[in-house]
Amino acid sequence: MEKDQDDIINDITSGEYKYGFFTDIETDKIPKGLNEDIVRLISEKKGEPEWLLEFRLKSYRHWLTKKMPDWANLKIPPIDFQEIIYYAAPKQRPSLESLDNIDPELKRTFDKLGIPLEEQKHLSGVAVDAVMDSVSVKTTFRETLAEMGIIFCSFSEAVREYPDLVRRYLGTVVPYTDNYFASLNSAVFSDGSFCYIPKGVRCPMELSTYFRINAANTGQFERTLLVADEESYVSYLEGCTAPMRDENQLHAAIVEIIAEKNAEVKYSTVQNWYPGDKNGRGGIFNFVTKRGICRGDNSKISWTQVETGSAITWKYPSCILRGDNSTGEFYSVAVTNNHQQADTGTKMIHIGKNTKSTIVSKGISAGQGQNSYRGLVKVLKNASNARNFSQCDSLLLGDKCGAHTFPYLEIDNQSAIVEHEATTSKIGEDQIFYCNQRGISTEDAIGLIVNGYAREVINKLPMEFAVEAQKLLQISLEGSVG
Amino acid sequence: MLSIKKLEAGINGKMILKGISLEVKAGEIHAIMGPNGSGKSTLAAVLAGRDVVEIRGGSVTYLGKDLLQMAPEDRSKEGIFLGFQYPIEIPGVSMVNFMKTAVNEHRKHKGLGPLSASDFLKLMREKKELVEIDSKLANRSVNEGFSGGEKKKNEIFQMAMLEPRLAILDETDSGLDIDALRIVANGVNRLKRPDNSAIVITHYQRLLDYIVPDVVHVLYDGRIVKTAGKELALELEEKGYDWIKKEVDNQN
Ligand SMILES: Nc1ncnc2c1ncn2[C@@H]1O[C@H](COP(=O)(O)OP(=O)(O)OP(=O)(O)O)[C@@H](O)[C@H]1O
Ligand SMILES: [Mg+2]
Repeated sequence: MEKDQDDIINDITSGEYKYGFFTDIETDKIPKGLNEDIVRLISEKKGEPEWLLEFRLKSYRHWLTKKMPDWANLKIPPIDFQEIIYYAAPKQRPSLESLDNIDPELKRTFDKLGIPLEEQKHLSGVAVDAVMDSVSVKTTFRETLAEMGIIFCSFSEAVREYPDLVRRYLGTVVPYTDNYFASLNSAVFSDGSFCYIPKGVRCPMELSTYFRINAANTGQFERTLLVADEESYVSYLEGCTAPMRDENQLHAAIVEIIAEKNAEVKYSTVQNWYPGDKNGRGGIFNFVTKRGICRGDNSKISWTQVETGSAITWKYPSCILRGDNSTGEFYSVAVTNNHQQADTGTKMIHIGKNTKSTIVSKGISAGQGQNSYRGLVKVLKNASNARNFSQCDSLLLGDKCGAHTFPYLEIDNQSAIVEHEATTSKIGEDQIFYCNQRGISTEDAIGLIVNGYAREVINKLPMEFAVEAQKLLQISLEGSVG
Repeated sequence: MLSIKKLEAGINGKMILKGISLEVKAGEIHAIMGPNGSGKSTLAAVLAGRDVVEIRGGSVTYLGKDLLQMAPEDRSKEGIFLGFQYPIEIPGVSMVNFMKTAVNEHRKHKGLGPLSASDFLKLMREKKELVEIDSKLANRSVNEGFSGGEKKKNEIFQMAMLEPRLAILDETDSGLDIDALRIVANGVNRLKRPDNSAIVITHYQRLLDYIVPDVVHVLYDGRIVKTAGKELALELEEKGYDWIKKEVDNQN
């Protein structure tokens, strides 16, 4: 028994991170540290309008008054915010009009990550915004989408070209005062994606943003703003990776989603930031604020996340269900292996009448990983007939890891129906042996069991990414045995 | 085919198998009987490669190879099948997925490519009929929520899918109704070929009416204390184990 447990733990802890390379490219970096001058410098680098600089400064001053949150079930080493570089941009020729102007080194980097920047090479039906460090390198299929009135571009370009739209929505879902990391992001955010789907348009392809951290000692602070106007639909996916380094790197992002009347937004994340090594050295600190508002009646926002990376994950993609009959969903698989820690979950805020929310959270802990689900279901006084179903499952591999659930309920309307189910299971030595006896290796057996366990969530991902996510789950949990 | 010599093995420091020798030739069916706790399942576990059992001495040769050096999955791919006394539930893993992975691993081992989806489903259908297993069972998670008898039938179904050289059936007949018993026995008999062998662990003579053994062994306190033809099973059914226990104790 002992030996087998050890073997399993060994197998899964020797998994390799396949995206740990570093691209040696000339980078425009600003001095490290954070103060008002730095905030001004970032804004200047991006050629921003005055109102946005004001927004940043306001946020920065607010951040100074706040304290790092300590309520999560995480051991967070002290972060020295003066040691971080807040802006780093790969140097390339200034014009981004055609692909030929992209530095070949950058193109190669994204090729290596499986994200070709040439439209003809790309998976049909997926448009990509590729972001490296603080800037967007390339957005594919912009023209094709523009024909339908869809705006899909980097955040910086959106500020330049659609300032009114950005100004109208920026900070309306996640205000700059929201939390410590939201304030920080609002002060120093670099790039990210902007997306606007006009009234009545069904976006014909998957939109996606691929975030890559490359430069050392930098923080990544992107910001995504996604607006689905009335009767529109969009499915959006983000992915991310980073080089292997012994130092921790900070990632503090914000995602805001607005769904108007009858609109539907599917937002999927495959998070694969560098998790640190076997001994817990290095890895990304991932502090993210993601929130969507179902503003209009009958609107729907669905979050799906597969979280396999990062040394520390702190994120709670949430839905504010303001429109009547609106729907919020949260489907999550979070893996913590080795010394990874995750405190993740969601908030479903029922405000409108007949609002519905579904939460399916699947935690997988291995090695000495600590995995916490933290979720809030809040039903306001006027939210009659609200309905929530929550399912929180934990799967343990080995006995040095931990799983924890922290469900919170705040129900102020009698008519609400709220259900919560939770299970904890273990991959048993006997299950592995049963598979072995049928000719299935331990590695494949864990893959089968884990993917079976996570299937409900994986199935929510767009097809192409479901396959990727499945492989990722297996890789992040298994070593290359034999 | 299988040659066990002076095998000694224990669990958690406790000796359970105390020197077992057994020869199984190609085409033979051996029955192993014996009182509860005598070590029958432990012997099966050693043969399948479960590493909670510590080997203390002796050797096992299978098709000319040192079996004890082989990983459990390789033993399976080399043709050893264990029908578990207590089949394991694997929630979330569908029988289809499970069997597909297993069958394709076996094929890979033989240098064959994976079966196409349609060929695989055809094979499933064929074998399901053979063991008269309810079609719906195959669409569920591995053994999850199966009744005791369904689990046992499912073992025979898997055996039929994998077509082993050496099948070790650990009390596959326990908990089966009369019809199921006949089905299970038929499943085993259909697999019978001159180059295949089986070790059938059972408490009941009635199974041996259907699966006729060449040899019957009695395992008692970690030793094979009696070996004879199929009539031994009848004698045991009639007289129980006391007379054997006495015989053994008198010798000591
Ligand atoms: N994991 C274990 N830890 C400690 N003792 C064990 C363990 N597994 C088996 N044993 C012991 O080993 C002995 C032999 O068990 P085994 O299961 O091989 O018997 P069996 O002959 O198959 O019995 P039955 O007819 O009841 O199935 C028993 O005394 C049992 O309690
Ligand atoms: Mg037994």
